[in-house]
Amino acid sequence: MTSLIAVAAVIALSCYVAAMALAFVRLLRGPAAQDRVLALDFIYINGMLVVLVLGVRYGSSMYFESALLIALFGFVSSAALAKFLLRGEVIE
Amino acid sequence: MTAGGMAAEIAVACLLVAGGVLSLASAFGLLRMPTFFMRMHPPAIANTFAVWCTALAVIVYFWVFEDRLALYVWLIPIFLSITAPVTTALLARAALFRERQRGGDVPPPPGGGSA
Repeated sequence: MTSLIAVAAVIALSCYVAAMALAFVRLLRGPAAQDRVLALDFIYINGMLVVLVLGVRYGSSMYFESALLIALFGFVSSAALAKFLLRGEVIE
Repeated sequence: MTAGGMAAEIAVACLLVAGGVLSLASAFGLLRMPTFFMRMHPPAIANTFAVWCTALAVIVYFWVFEDRLALYVWLIPIFLSITAPVTTALLARAALFRERQRGGDVPPPPGGGSA
């Protein structure tokens, strides 16, 4: 781990946390349910990116699997919520 | 450190920072766009450019500094390029359906049917 990459990782992580905070404001404000689902999907993507950057920061490839799992669960939950908004039930 | 290592270090740092800044920009768009259908667009930046930059940074980092060609990290952008359009299309259909139910200012369903 060189110092330049460590500084860049800290900057990137701060950006992701700020982006998650902004998306959380959208999640709280709404106004409609679909806005909240969109913000939740965005927060999932940012959480996955945080895990990837942590993998670079600590020089470990163990983080890749968790990032892939977060992406997978983010897709499943967003798709299920969108289906729920469309039909009123997830599995018909 | 060699010149190549230095260049790789700068490249990884730039890619990491670029991913963060792009994600922050799309979060600003998500917060500030006036209508829902406009707000659907900014997260695509995070889904594509930010994820590409970060995955490329991870690949270059493990390649140069740990002597491993970790190309499997590119599975995440491939996976997201498949799933992000599905989520977006489902969410857009749900939003259109709900706006029509509310009587909002959206185009009517094609063929005059109900959604």
